Parts: sequence; C-alpha cells; structure tokens
Amino acid sequence: MLERKSSIENELDIIAARRRAKEVAEELGFSTVDQVRIATAISELARNIVLYAKEGSIVVRALREGDRQGLEILVADNGPGIPNVELAMTDGYSTSGGLGAGLPGARRLMDTFRVDTQLGQGTKIVARKWKA
Amino acid sequence: MQQQAPILKIDDYWIASVQGSLHDQDVIEFKEALLSKIMQPESKGLVIDLTVLDLVDSFVTKTLIDIRGLAKLMGVPVVIAGMSPPIAITLVEMGLSLEGIDTALNLQKGLDKLRNTGKER
Repeated sequence: MLERKSSIENELDIIAARRRAKEVAEELGFSTVDQVRIATAISELARNIVLYAKEGSIVVRALREGDRQGLEILVADNGPGIPNVELAMTDGYSTSGGLGAGLPGARRLMDTFRVDTQLGQGTKIVARKWKA
Repeated sequence: MQQQAPILKIDDYWIASVQGSLHDQDVIEFKEALLSKIMQPESKGLVIDLTVLDLVDSFVTKTLIDIRGLAKLMGVPVVIAGMSPPIAITLVEMGLSLEGIDTALNLQKGLDKLRNTGKER
C-alpha cells in the first residue's frame, strides 16, 4: 500500500509534507479539488506541529475499505498536548496569534477527524478522506 | 525569494505574482517587500496575483488580510486576483473568508478594478 512519511521540524518540512500528500492523493486518483483540500489540511496540521510541538511526523497512506478507496493522515508528536480540544477546534480560537482556523479548518476539509491528546505527552490525529 | 514572488510596476500600479509553494518565512518576507514598495509616493494600487500559487492555507490568508489592512492604512487599494477554483472552494470550506478584500478573476480585471477605483476618487 502506498505510504509516505514526513518528519516535521521546520517550515520547509511543511512544504515537503504537503507536496508528498498531494502526490499520494494524485496517485490514488483524487480530484484536483480534493488534492488541494488534502494538501491544505496537511499544511495546517504540519504548521501546528512546528508551532506547538516543535517536532513530529505526518504519515499519509492509502486506505481501502471494501469498495471504498481513500487516504489517511496520521499526525504524531510528543509536544505539550492540547489543554482543551473543544476550544482548539473552535473557529477563531488561537494561542499563536493566527486566525484560529487551522484545526477546525483541517477538520472540515477531511471526512473524519479524530484528535487524541494528553497533556505533557503529545498529540495524535487521524484524519480520513474518501474518494467521491 | 524574489523569484518566487516578483513585484513589478506597470503605470503606477504594483503587481505581485505569487508562484509555487511559499514557506512561512517567504510569506513574511513577501509582505515586507510589498509594503516597502507600495509606500512609494507614486503608488496607486496593488494587485496580488495568485494564479500559479499551489494552495492558500490559514497562514497565507492571514498574511493577505494583514497586507490589505496595512495598505489600507497607507491609502493604497489592494485587489487579489486569479484565485483558482480549488483554492476558492477550500478556503470557503475551511471557513476562511477574505471578507472586505477586493478580488478579481484575473490580473487584467484586477488592474481594471484599481483604475476604476482611482477614477472614483
């Protein structure tokens, strides 16, 4: 199965991760709009790693469930964790001076989005997008 | 950096074409370069052309909003031109609005818009 992993430590890694995600999405036959949706979601998730956790990783891989084909994003870091996930998922809430659109925006661009976070331990996010 | 986002001048209008993939530091430098250009006394307006940009995320959106806000304080109108349909769809779905920012289908229409704004004054 198609799978690409990106280590995220700086801004250049954000670009590399979204390029890889776009390549995987293209190879799986996602539409151009979906490719941009997925790459944009990756951009937000990767930036969060750089901003809050300093380092982490993003895996993008092919997904198959019966006849359905899709793509899965696995984000993992050992950062400080998210104190209040509900708040972090709220539009306009940011602790970094941003627009507060990263996490809620990424969630809306994907079909499913799950955040597992523990204070002082890190954050794991699993997001899926199915082919239309 | 200059190669990724050249800033050109036609008549007294600035045109910035953002190309390829910009990383965050590029975006910040781009903003600073733009502001130093448009503060020149002859500036009549600025078109930021996104035709060949690969994606617009919340960071780029914030920068566009910032540029527009700062330019407005300086009295220089800004038009964002050439946003591709996939990028427009993605921004809307993310809930990112470019509300208050003038937009145009392409560079030519962006320039026309600025020229008309100039006439109204």
